[in-house]
Amino acid sequence: MAVDTIGSLPQTRVAPWNNPVIRGWVFQIVVVGLVGGLAWYLVSNTMANLEKAKIATGFDFLGREAGFEIGDTMIEYSPASTYARAIWVGILNTLRVAVIGIILTTILGTLIGIGRLSPNWLLAKICEWYVEIFRNVPLLLWLFLFYKLVSEAFPGPRQAIRMLGDSVFLSNRGLYFPIPVADPVHKWIGAGFLLGIVGAWALHRWAKARQAATGQQFPSILAGLGLIIVVPFLVWLIGGAPAKMSWPELKGFNFQGGLVIQPEFTALLVGLTLYTAAFVAEIVRSGILALHKGQSEAAAAIGLSRGQAMRLVLLPQALRVIVPPMTSVFLNITKNSSLAIAIGYPDLVASINVTINQTGQAIENILIIMAAYLTVSLSISAFMNWYNKQIAMKER
Amino acid sequence: MADIAERERAGKARAAPTVEGGALGWLRRNLFSSWGNALTTVVLLGFVVWIGIWFVDWAIVHATFEAANGPECGKGQGACWALIGEKYRYIFFGSFPYEQHWRPLFACIAMLAMLLLSCDRRMWNWRLLVIWTVGSFVTFLLMFGELRFPLTLFFLVGLVAGGIGWGMRAGIASPREIAIHKALTIVGGIGLALRIVGVIPAWGLEINAFSYVETGLWGGLPVTLILATYGLVFAFPYGILLALGRRSNLPLVKGLCVGFIELIRGVPLISLLIMASVMLPLFLPTGSNIDKFLRALVAVILFAGAYIAEIIRGGLQSLPRGQFEAADAMGLNYLQKTSLIILPQALRVVIPPLINTFIGFFKDTSLVLIIGIFDFLNTANQALVDPNWAGFPGEVYIFAAAIYFVFCYSMSRYSKYLEVELNKGTRR
Repeated sequence: MAVDTIGSLPQTRVAPWNNPVIRGWVFQIVVVGLVGGLAWYLVSNTMANLEKAKIATGFDFLGREAGFEIGDTMIEYSPASTYARAIWVGILNTLRVAVIGIILTTILGTLIGIGRLSPNWLLAKICEWYVEIFRNVPLLLWLFLFYKLVSEAFPGPRQAIRMLGDSVFLSNRGLYFPIPVADPVHKWIGAGFLLGIVGAWALHRWAKARQAATGQQFPSILAGLGLIIVVPFLVWLIGGAPAKMSWPELKGFNFQGGLVIQPEFTALLVGLTLYTAAFVAEIVRSGILALHKGQSEAAAAIGLSRGQAMRLVLLPQALRVIVPPMTSVFLNITKNSSLAIAIGYPDLVASINVTINQTGQAIENILIIMAAYLTVSLSISAFMNWYNKQIAMKER
Repeated sequence: MADIAERERAGKARAAPTVEGGALGWLRRNLFSSWGNALTTVVLLGFVVWIGIWFVDWAIVHATFEAANGPECGKGQGACWALIGEKYRYIFFGSFPYEQHWRPLFACIAMLAMLLLSCDRRMWNWRLLVIWTVGSFVTFLLMFGELRFPLTLFFLVGLVAGGIGWGMRAGIASPREIAIHKALTIVGGIGLALRIVGVIPAWGLEINAFSYVETGLWGGLPVTLILATYGLVFAFPYGILLALGRRSNLPLVKGLCVGFIELIRGVPLISLLIMASVMLPLFLPTGSNIDKFLRALVAVILFAGAYIAEIIRGGLQSLPRGQFEAADAMGLNYLQKTSLIILPQALRVVIPPLINTFIGFFKDTSLVLIIGIFDFLNTANQALVDPNWAGFPGEVYIFAAAIYFVFCYSMSRYSKYLEVELNKGTRR
């Protein structure tokens, strides 16, 4: 009946300037017009400026010879390589420090966050002060401090600290240690390693299913670790056990051969990890505190130890609170790795910065930076959203 | 067990549990509750004592507090605090003319006073506007030495203030007040138009108090404070606009805001700083020159705005729908609904996270050293370059870290306090 009344109301004519739909569109057109006008103004200015300064446009420069040296590369690179290759080297370096940083930060941050909740007063206090000290001082200052420590506190190559019978050298040029000389068997060892991981995962699934069905436990984590180590080792034995190593040797002013972890990389990784772990610790702590007290009490009541209660009852539930803010922490690690430029680690921003200085083509290069970081950021977000769905409460 | 049974047979009461009070009880409960716990305590205590002794030995016992130069300082085997004594004025004030260092000092004091007064909730009304106007005027007059307020600025302020007043008070205020707002808007608008056309010449109000010091010579703590404070102050209204735009029903406006926010948040601050330093000059008409300090400030504002927008959006989302609907039902227009009903409630929720953002930006302004601006961290870094005092980076960095720590730690305490304070009404 009420519907009838409304339906039969006489159509009142609204003046067009009072019609919300028309108003909305007018407003939107004005806003888009203003933004578009601003964009056009900026672009036309830029075009005029570029023409006046005789700066080329377009991405042709990517194919030209870069001509600058990069100190720390994961793939083959020389000054004769192209700009595209130099930028790719930078992207790989950024990814390397971000990935290792994310893993280490998660582990350290979780430990410290749990430590803050420890019944041991001293441990809780130390963890609290760790958090306060690291997050209240700029990351850049930590990076400078660690870089200066690594590059000034350690001796030069000639007086390098020798370890393990002259095979590992620690100096201000980095940490040198021997690596096996490249061999075709390595590929198969890598495959064996992957096979081990797959096997461990399958074993873990099976153990879980069996425990759910029969209650019998199986040490799946130890056995899994064993698989991951034993399978590649067997492959290595079958492959004829190639044991030729490349040893670092002092030649002239620095070491040759072996593998090196550069001081810039070390300082960046250590600084980034210690700084960000303080934030992770806070997230983990608040995630666990958000749980109802009954959870830990119930876990204690059924006889689980504190460690078991944490691992089997508290952390899995806290993860639901922890994962969303962790996503932004992971994004921050990736973005903060760009501070590398300040201590000379050749990441993406460093490569781009040199390229801008050499070619003068700022716009194209900044577009590349933004595209690269956005791609990485969006991938991390997508992965974390997927993971978040996996651990979300499954209500039946 | 047998013991208890025996006692009960003998009719004796069971002994009361060990008293868990006092210092000993506290120690037992918190440090030695189990064997594992006791072991942890002993190991950690040993570690803390070892570090503490080493640090005291380095920083105090063997430290050098007075020395003429670096090599003399290095003889002490410990920390070289003489370096700080030698360089602290450069670290705090950078290349500002040496005999004029009182100016940045008082500018810092003015800004700190302004920030401290803003922490007092009794000031959260029209007083805040007065504090910030006076504080900013004093700060920039001291830093620049002379200020020029072009007529255009007054017209612009008139237009914006009048326009907002007009929209906000329509249908609420007395006709006289509305008339004042209308007059302000119209005078401001016409004045601005005439100025742009060129009918009115470029008049301005000039105040010459001290000798002029360009931004290129600014350095140290005032730069860090100005970049963080004004970066956030300017980013705030624009962050509110972005947040409102993101929550808007208008698809085009929403799309623009979402795109902008996500773009800015997806890239590191460094890339924006590099962009501001190399691309801003390209964006402006040929021949115009934009100050390097201003470029950095623009980058910080752009960056901060996107983050502030996301925080404010959280506040907006926490409001129940009924608040929006009730405001609509009362016939308030958009500006009134937003400024009188929605924002006061939404902003109250987000004050603590906003302070945390401020802490973040206070630290992140250190990134401007990459484009060659002498903020506090950069001047500390430059103090190490002096060949006479080479080889004591630890001392300078510890000093700088201590200053940053004092600022950030006190702000985070304040934010925690405020969180409790503002929730008093909603917690039972």
